[in-house]
Amino acid sequence: MPLPRSASALSPPGLLFAGLGLFLLVTPFMTLAANRIVAGEGLRAWALAGPGATGAGLAAIVAGLLFGAQNVRRRLRLGGAAIGLCGLFWLIVRGAPALLDGAGDYARVSPAAGFWALLMVFLLLMADALAQLSPGPLLRGGLLALGLAVLALLLGSGVLSDLSIAQEFASRKSAFVAATLRHLGLAFGSLAAAALIGFPLGILCHRKARLRRTVLPMLSFLQTIPSLAMFGIMIPILGWVGASVPGARTLGIAGIGFAPAFLALVLYSLLPVVGNTVAGLAAAPPAALEAARGMGMTVGQRLLRVELPLGLPVLLAGLRIVLVQNIGLAVIAGLIGGGGYGTFVFQGLNQTATDLILLGALPTVLLALVSAIVMDILVDLVRATPEARP
Amino acid sequence: MIEIDGITKVYDGTAAVDNVSMIVETGTITVIVGTSGSGKTTLLRMINRLVEPTSGEVRINGDATSAEKPHLLRRRIGYAIQGHGLFPHHTVARNIGAVPELLNWSKGDIRARVDELLTLLAMEPAQFRDRYPAELSGGQQQRVGVARALASRPDLLLMDEPFGALDPIIRMRAQEDLRRIQQQLGSTIMLITHDMEEAIRLGDRVAVMDAGRLVQHGTPAEIVARPATEFVANMVGDVERPLRLLSLVPVSEIMEEGPAEGDALPAEASLRDALSACLWTGRDAVPVMRDGSGPGRVTLASIRARAERRA
Amino acid sequence: MRIGTILRPALIVVLIALVLRPTWFAPVFAPFAPAGGPVIYDRASLLSLSLSHLTLVVLASAAATLVAVTLAILVTRPAGAAFRPLSRTITNMGQTFPPVAVLALAVPMLGFGAGPTLVALFLYGLLPIFENAMTGLSTLPPATIEAARGIGLNRWQRLIRVELPLALPVMLTGIRLSVVISLGTATIGSTVAARTLGEVIIAGLLTNNTAYVLQGGLIVGLFAVLIYDALVQLEARLISRTGG
Repeated sequence: MPLPRSASALSPPGLLFAGLGLFLLVTPFMTLAANRIVAGEGLRAWALAGPGATGAGLAAIVAGLLFGAQNVRRRLRLGGAAIGLCGLFWLIVRGAPALLDGAGDYARVSPAAGFWALLMVFLLLMADALAQLSPGPLLRGGLLALGLAVLALLLGSGVLSDLSIAQEFASRKSAFVAATLRHLGLAFGSLAAAALIGFPLGILCHRKARLRRTVLPMLSFLQTIPSLAMFGIMIPILGWVGASVPGARTLGIAGIGFAPAFLALVLYSLLPVVGNTVAGLAAAPPAALEAARGMGMTVGQRLLRVELPLGLPVLLAGLRIVLVQNIGLAVIAGLIGGGGYGTFVFQGLNQTATDLILLGALPTVLLALVSAIVMDILVDLVRATPEARP
Repeated sequence: MIEIDGITKVYDGTAAVDNVSMIVETGTITVIVGTSGSGKTTLLRMINRLVEPTSGEVRINGDATSAEKPHLLRRRIGYAIQGHGLFPHHTVARNIGAVPELLNWSKGDIRARVDELLTLLAMEPAQFRDRYPAELSGGQQQRVGVARALASRPDLLLMDEPFGALDPIIRMRAQEDLRRIQQQLGSTIMLITHDMEEAIRLGDRVAVMDAGRLVQHGTPAEIVARPATEFVANMVGDVERPLRLLSLVPVSEIMEEGPAEGDALPAEASLRDALSACLWTGRDAVPVMRDGSGPGRVTLASIRARAERRA
Repeated sequence: MRIGTILRPALIVVLIALVLRPTWFAPVFAPFAPAGGPVIYDRASLLSLSLSHLTLVVLASAAATLVAVTLAILVTRPAGAAFRPLSRTITNMGQTFPPVAVLALAVPMLGFGAGPTLVALFLYGLLPIFENAMTGLSTLPPATIEAARGIGLNRWQRLIRVELPLALPVMLTGIRLSVVISLGTATIGSTVAARTLGEVIIAGLLTNNTAYVLQGGLIVGLFAVLIYDALVQLEARLISRTGG
């Protein structure tokens, strides 16, 4: 493809990506190891298989980078990111069986640093192109759904099943499903509990300045306690509750496991929920509140008709923080027997099995990213008030 | 009729409003004028009980306001404030229909009332009904604020510096609109301002407040011609007093028979307009249009004689 | 803040005692230890663990501050404007990466030990500092900047004398957030064999010794709360001086 000549026809971030991407192409793209524990040998992209198999992938990557570097057709930048991603996965799909061919029964192939870094580059290119196009919330939702569908297709079709991480998954299918459910339960359950406690508390804090001055600093100190310490401190507390409160143990409340992890997550969630509720309710213009009072709205009517609708985007932003934070923190539950993806991460760290670590870490990252994007879309959707049109 | 009877508000030992009594006749505009801190806003807010009086009573058509729940009282008193206070997340129609909605009017009634008010305020309903406040100009926002205050046909309309945020030209138009609507609907209005000019232009009665006390309450002409205290005189502005007085007198009052040259003034023009026309064109008299019999005139000498009478 | 004036020195004294004279607390932790098991962590000196923990955090935060502030300055200059949307996306999406995941993902590339922890702390610490520095530098009062141009300061002088000092309180907030996250993530660093106070907690979890867990948790918690508090005080002082 001919490069546009004038400098303004080039995208500076795109040029950065192109330079970075071309450099990354000469770093190891996949590793081949004799078994799941030992360190493997890194292989560059063109060495994965015959030129017939790798050529198309390499060409797609280079084309994607070049499309991304121009700034004449902005949609083409998005297309470049998509083409580049196709190239990356093409190389993996064609490379894995070629590498495994005759490498022994226990041999494992995994994507290496080059693949992951290029994946990052193309995802960032995609994000940059999208930011330029600034699509509306509904279109963003559609794109997200499309991306997830493609990912599901890729994972479901079995073309990646030769990879080491897929083999780790295959031997732990039921454990993975259980971990997923537990992780979701921890993250969304604690979100729900925090909302249930935090919204009323936030509304009270909004009303009573004295309560606000006590509660908010307390919650922010709670937030500073390192997660491992917080999870640890919950153990004796809930152990005591489980042992001394009748019936608590039958509810599953015990020193280790789900209960201390859940409680720790709820405590961490309170600051964003309460803080954003207070900030959201305070966002209503004073003149509008004065008018609402002056026209005879009761306290409840003011809250429901004026303060809450106007504060909703900020309230939701608080829930976004909590959800993303809790998906990440729920990993720590793996250390205190609380289950979730953390189980794989810490097992993997113990066994120095990289792919087991990834089996825990990648879904966590994906879950957090998707939640963040979905919540951002929701925040945009509830921003019902149009800004003044110029 | 609104009776304010010995109303007082004390904050931390100081009286923000000190034993104020006045009567506001139905269908008139009373403008309360004063500097900031004079207690005028507190006085207004005690009428719809946004502030509870320390002592004293307000009666609307004979019923004490203290006998009713505050939020129910407020639903039958219109309230418009500076910076309009429109709900940014509601359309113009929902903003105007806010109080009728609180009063459980039917949807059809609310819609009809909204369109009626928008038309009254010279805003095409079809064009403005579904817009959001942020999509309106400052003057339009202010008009929607007034429409909202009028929506439930309140017994009384309270306005706290309603035009304070508008620039001078739009402000003038807003004042004229308010006058016109008030005469059309026969509303009873109490309006606060710190601008004596606005008070004289709008008020049937003007109440001047200073340091929590009502220092003078009378017609604009009385306030201008016979300021009760030095404070009132300062508010009116000694230098401009004759001109202000003349601006309150219509030319028809001293019109006489006789010829005069130049363009004729309309009969409802003020003596100030007539004086201005004389001085600007160097004439001793200006013609005034009149129904039926031909034009009359107003002379410079008669304007002067009227100004010297001071009332 | 009357509670603070009493509580703060008290907590500092407790923390120092916990680190230097852990045996004093044996009676407190004894009920939580398993029968016959050790009560006070003695596999390593708590002081050296604390120092190593804090060194990691300080190094990572200092490097993160330097890089993040430099990047923020570049991006807020006219020449860097093209990178602004991208940098916003990176900070927005980057912060959704769980710190633990960043730590775990650093291991395959860097192996075990302090290395991956330092890198994870650095990378994760960049984001809040960058975000706040960018907010600080791009929301300066336009009148002040105009005045700085008006009195003839050149770009460099404006940056050094006006923009950076005015943006400092907001930047400090970012640094505080970053330090707090780093303290927490460093604790988890002991699962990848970095020498930090998390070691005490992990040892407790592995041997079912709640006394260890509590001891480590208290020390780390106190460090975090006190450092957070100190940084809040520093910010408050700066803000009161600039009248912001």
